[in-house]
Amino acid sequence: MNHPIDRNRSWPVARGRFGVPTRSGGMGLILCGLLLSRAVVATEIRQFDDPVKQERYERLLKDLRCLVCQNQSLADSDADLARDLRNEVYGIIQSGKSTEEAAQFLVDRYGDFVLYRPPFKGITVLLWSGPFLLLGGGFVFLWRQAKRRADRGSADSALSDEERTRLRQIQDRFQR
Amino acid sequence: MTTSRMRFALPLLVFALLVALLAVGLRLDPREVPSPLIGKPAPGFSLPQVAAAEQRLSLADLKGQVFLLNVWASWCLSCREEHPLLLELAKRGIVPIYGLNYKDERETAQAWLKRFGDPYRASAFDADGRIGIEWGVYGVPETFVVDKQGLIRYKQTGPITPEVLEKKILPLVRQLQEAA
Amino acid sequence: MIAELGHIALIMALLMALLQGTFPLLGAAQGVEVWMRVAKPAGRAQFLFLLVSFLCLAASFVTNDFSLEYVARNSNSALPLYYRIAAVWGAHEGSMLLWALILGLWTVAVTIFSRSLAEEFLARVLSIMGLVSVGILLFILFTSNPFERLVPAPNDGADLNPLLQDFGMTVHPPMLYMGYVGLSVAFSFAVAALLGGSLDSAWARWSRPWTLIAWVFLTCGITLGSWWAYYELGWGGWWFWDPVENASFMPWLVATALIHSLAVTEKRGAFKAWTVLLAIFAFSLSLLGTFLVRSGVLTSVHAFASDPARGLFILIFLAIVVGGSLLLYSLRAPGVRDVARYGFFSRENLLLLNNILLVTAAGSILLGTLYPLVLDALGLGKISVGPPYFSTVFAPLMAPIFLLAGIGAMFGWREAALDRIWRRVRYLLPLSYLVGIGLAAVAFEGSDFKTMAGLGTAVWLAASTLATLWNRVRLRGHWVAGLRAQSPSTYGMTVAHLGLAVFLTGVVLSGRFSEEKWVRMAPDDSVTLSGYTFRFFGTEKVTGPNFVAQEGKFRVEREGDGRELRPQKRSYRVQRNPMTEAAIDPGWWRDLYVALGEPMDNGAWSVRLYVKPFIRWVWCGGLLMIAGGLLAASDRRYRLSVRRIALAPERSVATKPA
Repeated sequence: MNHPIDRNRSWPVARGRFGVPTRSGGMGLILCGLLLSRAVVATEIRQFDDPVKQERYERLLKDLRCLVCQNQSLADSDADLARDLRNEVYGIIQSGKSTEEAAQFLVDRYGDFVLYRPPFKGITVLLWSGPFLLLGGGFVFLWRQAKRRADRGSADSALSDEERTRLRQIQDRFQR
Repeated sequence: MTTSRMRFALPLLVFALLVALLAVGLRLDPREVPSPLIGKPAPGFSLPQVAAAEQRLSLADLKGQVFLLNVWASWCLSCREEHPLLLELAKRGIVPIYGLNYKDERETAQAWLKRFGDPYRASAFDADGRIGIEWGVYGVPETFVVDKQGLIRYKQTGPITPEVLEKKILPLVRQLQEAA
Repeated sequence: MIAELGHIALIMALLMALLQGTFPLLGAAQGVEVWMRVAKPAGRAQFLFLLVSFLCLAASFVTNDFSLEYVARNSNSALPLYYRIAAVWGAHEGSMLLWALILGLWTVAVTIFSRSLAEEFLARVLSIMGLVSVGILLFILFTSNPFERLVPAPNDGADLNPLLQDFGMTVHPPMLYMGYVGLSVAFSFAVAALLGGSLDSAWARWSRPWTLIAWVFLTCGITLGSWWAYYELGWGGWWFWDPVENASFMPWLVATALIHSLAVTEKRGAFKAWTVLLAIFAFSLSLLGTFLVRSGVLTSVHAFASDPARGLFILIFLAIVVGGSLLLYSLRAPGVRDVARYGFFSRENLLLLNNILLVTAAGSILLGTLYPLVLDALGLGKISVGPPYFSTVFAPLMAPIFLLAGIGAMFGWREAALDRIWRRVRYLLPLSYLVGIGLAAVAFEGSDFKTMAGLGTAVWLAASTLATLWNRVRLRGHWVAGLRAQSPSTYGMTVAHLGLAVFLTGVVLSGRFSEEKWVRMAPDDSVTLSGYTFRFFGTEKVTGPNFVAQEGKFRVEREGDGRELRPQKRSYRVQRNPMTEAAIDPGWWRDLYVALGEPMDNGAWSVRLYVKPFIRWVWCGGLLMIAGGLLAASDRRYRLSVRRIALAPERSVATKPA
């Protein structure tokens, strides 16, 4: 379960505490993998003057993607950049701005990649409507199948009425 | 009749599309995050320099010329890979290179430049990384190509390779330099 | 020496697989019996060679042979013996060998439990499995050989990733592979049936127990993975919609659709082409999952070494296997005559609805997982699709299933007596919701609409499932006789659907009422959460076999009753990066969860505390589904052999199920 080694990049490692410098760019990613095990709990203990702001902050962080440990949300990642970005978000929320503004701050600098909830725009129309289209298609299929089986059923004259009743009785007896 | 036969071929068609998509996907890097700042004005900054804290480097100073901004740090190992290329590029004098020293310590940064060479006209000292965030930096090294009007035209994530330099960066730089 | 032996055994296995994959298939096509007879011995020989190869690799780990690159990268002399064996499948090469071994195991199982199968059909089934084996073994031998030597050999290895040094993580991959690979049996049955040109209901009857058992393993693997993520990764989460989690969930959804569809095909001869298609889909999604994990196309926590060259190989393999079978489907399926007739309100249609919902869910998850790749490939930029998307899309799709699963079996085949059904449930339905909403409102303060609706639905699902059972029991007069008369198949369905209700309850309640706190705690500090008081008593140093740790001591009390929790912050000697082991006090009604963060000033630590009500119900639901599946697979009718039926036709009329 090694991480995909990306030898081209380095990320700042919290120095001092670990004392482990990035041996090669790739170790940064392996670090992410091990950090996943909650090596350091991402708990800068933040003070908010308003519990509403705290809830906004915590909820937003869960919906933002870390750019370094890309399989973790900003809430859970221990990467240095994640800590810095949490600082930014904290500042914005604490100053009274909305979650949308805080998210937009990050999107302006890093793009839509940073949002775990894909925005509803032209290129994501298929994404958001896809499941409904699939379901619709499925219902159409179901409808057509049902009609075909029922129609042919009513036209089925191979059995006489009496035979059909008897058949039904036998089927009912063995029905599970 | 043909339409009903056709619907049995639908799964195969969808699958073929999927395979094509995945084949293309093999050549892509899912980890790379493209910059939304391409074509937009470069974020302004005014930072002390690495060489001497009293001297400052501002974006405003650099306006009117095409330049490269290279994000580097002494703790970054991949930076050493591209460093010889930057030195050579600086020697060729085609385009000025400025540095953004990201989340580093001044003495270590200066020592690093002394040891490996200094291709930068000047290096800004971004100790806490906030300017890096403004530029959408998420790893080191990264290099930006900025035009005469101060717009970001290209971002390289990861070390510059000779191929990228010759095929992408230098042609772009020349094109921008020729423009008004 | 042992490694070379293992390597040779692998090559021999490939040769056996080649024999197994070619001769019987040609034999079936040409009617040459001798060639068809090659299938069984070739399959068994292939397994034996694979077993030797696997044991050789295991032996290399046990004896700490670091001259093997794979061992050097994944083991260490200080690693306890148990984990050294588990390390065999800890990374890409070894896990592929395990995959191949398990395929061999299923092959042998098919050779043994197939006395009732026609020779031609069996030959085809084994051949197709053999061809899949050939692909996998070629892949291993050419791109992922675990027996590569490392020269010069290091003195010691890099150690197994600490995350994998854990019981859950060692059992999870084998269970999952048993499921993924088990779906290849259903796949082979389907393709063999297509090749043979006869898609009669006997094919479905033969397929069903195999598919059920594969489904059981898959359920087990996913449940284990979720449970492991919960206690190991330390955030109290149990599902993250990570691409590779999705990759295991999609085949599960389609396999669930498949086992329901097989029921219809077996009993009513309906949905023949559709069931075949589902069998192909299920295994295709298994292979797709294998591709996604190992090709580097998506970023994921679970990704093995991402090597585009390996990715290309698997993609070509996928294209051949799935493309070939879908091509065969497009050619042969139109000729299948479905003679079944059924009304609009019938069990057939309900099960078809179930299928459509499950397949749509799987399709939606696939869409969400691959969409970022689609946009990137088209040069339209990069987006992320994460839990907000999946949970928004998935829940509404599953809602009809929760509503209908309980009463589905009340609907008769062909023509359901709607009035009779309504009479049975017209009080039960509102009553269930009243109970659910009442419970939510009274017992769980702060319930919102979603919680009430969810709990109401869970109660309805459980009640309607039991009502369906009761309905059948009642038919036999006395209830004891009635209970005894029910088949394991009926009990299997009942238990599995109850498991679904338990799962839903766990999801709804833990989702709404979980509480967490991140705090700084100094020794003797207390924090209260959800009525529980957590008290910290400082940390002390402990030593493990291959790690050192700081162990914290916590006491959690509520209304006089107290528990002790000891979370650890470990530092493994070789890989050196710190790792947290959360301390959990499990319970039927709630979990208490403590994780150490960072040491702060003066012996204080940053700590994460959780109270998670009903979270165990999530996995208990999974366990019940596993039990249900096993019950259903144990039904006697799967064990009747053709010979016995042929010899006693009169008796068989009474004993042969409808």
